[in-house]
Amino acid sequence: MSHNILVIGELDEGSASATTLELLAGASEIASGGNVSVTLLGVGASQAVGACAGANTAYASDDAQYDDFRGDQWISAIQSAVESETPDVILVAQSIVGRELGPRLSHKLGTAVAMDCVSISDVDGSIKATRPCFGGNAMATYGFSTSPAIATVRAKSFEVTEGGSGPTTSTELPAASQSRTEIIATEAATAEGLQIQDATVVVCGGRGLGDAEAFGEMESIASAIGLDKAAVGASRAAVDLGWYPPSQQVGLTGKVVTPDLYLAVAVSGASQHMAGCSGSKTIVGINRDEEANIWSFSRYGIIGDYKQVVPALIEELKKASGN
Amino acid sequence: MHLVVCAKQIPDPDTPPSAFKIDEASNSVIPAPGISPILSQFDGIAAEAALRIKEAGGDDAKVTVISMGADSARAAIKQVLAMGADEGVLLNDDAFEDGDSYTTAKVLASAIRELGDVDAVFCGRQAADWDMGQVGLLLAEELGWASAIIAKDISYADGNVSVQRVLTDGFETVQMALPAVMTVSNEFGEPRYPKLPQIMAAAKKTVTQYSAAELGLDAADVGASGSRLKIEKLFIPETDSNVEFMGGDTPQEQAAALVQRLQADKLI
Ligand SMILES: Cc1cc2nc3c(=O)[nH]c(=O)nc-3n(C[C@H](O)[C@H](O)[C@H](O)COP(=O)(O)OP(=O)(O)OC[C@H]3O[C@@H](n4cnc5c(N)ncnc54)[C@H](O)[C@@H]3O)c2cc1C
Repeated sequence: MSHNILVIGELDEGSASATTLELLAGASEIASGGNVSVTLLGVGASQAVGACAGANTAYASDDAQYDDFRGDQWISAIQSAVESETPDVILVAQSIVGRELGPRLSHKLGTAVAMDCVSISDVDGSIKATRPCFGGNAMATYGFSTSPAIATVRAKSFEVTEGGSGPTTSTELPAASQSRTEIIATEAATAEGLQIQDATVVVCGGRGLGDAEAFGEMESIASAIGLDKAAVGASRAAVDLGWYPPSQQVGLTGKVVTPDLYLAVAVSGASQHMAGCSGSKTIVGINRDEEANIWSFSRYGIIGDYKQVVPALIEELKKASGN
Repeated sequence: MHLVVCAKQIPDPDTPPSAFKIDEASNSVIPAPGISPILSQFDGIAAEAALRIKEAGGDDAKVTVISMGADSARAAIKQVLAMGADEGVLLNDDAFEDGDSYTTAKVLASAIRELGDVDAVFCGRQAADWDMGQVGLLLAEELGWASAIIAKDISYADGNVSVQRVLTDGFETVQMALPAVMTVSNEFGEPRYPKLPQIMAAAKKTVTQYSAAELGLDAADVGASGSRLKIEKLFIPETDSNVEFMGGDTPQEQAAALVQRLQADKLI
């Protein structure tokens, strides 16, 4: 059956975000002939729709007030797109935006949202959403008894098929209305250089490292591999101890990464951690516990004390790259 | 000032995967033998946030902890009472069972309206069982209140709360007028650990129980029958484990073996 799908897009430095493009790719498959539309809000939005391959229609507002996300402002804009499109499915990323928009929009529209979905499908004409739960120990498939079916979707759940362009024009959405929440301060906190979501190699340190200084060694592994390819992440336990910034947390309540190589050092491999990295092509563990859960996900492993293994690894990596 | 903490009793999320079992016929989790259910950790942190506001606000502030659940949810209520909350409310009715986030928010909202004078509600960012992360927001919408999610820090002054939120790449502080709902994240810090005298004192605090009818709710509008999201299948995903451990007598040999494999696989 065909579906009318509205994708709530997000901008990343003035262009449609990677996840927006993934959602559009997924939407055009599920739509099977139905209309796919997209909304973009913030400076550059009306230009950025041009890259939204998969969308047939677009709604945008370039109002700078949308740049800092405030749920109530976004919802009133999106509601006008919902009124003209009458979608039966709405998709939004499981981002800081989607985590708030999904529930609030579902309530406004008198329907429900399934959060953090990894697959959306049509079974005999009705939409099913599948999502991990119990920290990733289980998966659940849901149906909806109300319409539209709303889902927030985890990054990298749909593959972007290269090429294609988006709508050449967009319908203008209203400028931002008054918000009930006022943003009084912002503070950037990200690691310099390559972001973990973009890296092809992620070196992740866990609580077993024992102290913040040991993260310097994780950074040395990354630089031995090459800082154009590798970035350093952390488990929540390590972040909670203040050893590394929250922006580097991998997992259910952190970031989702899918590098070619994920090197987990002194990370036990709890399901909530693996929720953020199990899509990696190859997982390698360094852990002194022969029974650690990380081995259930690993392709290669070294059983041993990282304090001995990591210096040796750095040396071997340097040798291999000829430095 | 009257502050409410919403607290949920859940299976311990640290249950090892080998002990985690589900009943496919009823789409539910089978409690792991010997592992007690716990107060969802984020809810403990939400309680900590409320208690800190209460302590900063002086003697007239009051904290009420509400839990919707079976009689066993009294344990979660008692824990928050032991942390320092003043009163407990248990929302217990067969009609509430197997609901979704929407019906849960609806029941909690009715209880908050019943209390009457609530200024702020504190929830965990998500319950560590179903991991949906939407009850706090739906509750705010049901009540028509302002909301802010994933808080790292909360302060109160002159009828407004300032909430520092964790964003993807940094933090943002928002200000809003009460009444409001806030959800709290682990970045807030650890909840206090009640000592024996506080646990004893908690046993004497009142826990009021409400049924659907007592909250003026029609059984058809709550629990499974009122749900908008229907679980159709619960299953355990398969993981294919084929780990190869690096041999060698020294860390150097193991590291060399690993680097060799990573090169052969063109991963570095
Ligand atoms: C709702 C919820 C959401 C969560 N979200 C996240 C999330 O987003 N991300 C996340 O990471 N976690 C998350 N968690 C927490 C998660 O359950 C685990 O507690 C956490 O991932 C554990 O981190 P860790 O592996 O670093 O620490 P631990 O589990 O303590 O593991 C440390 C490991 O280090 C090993 N080790 C110790 N010393 C050495 C040594 N010298 N050499 C080698 N190995 C050593 C140990 O054998 C052990 O395996 C969440 C939990 C809940 C309930």
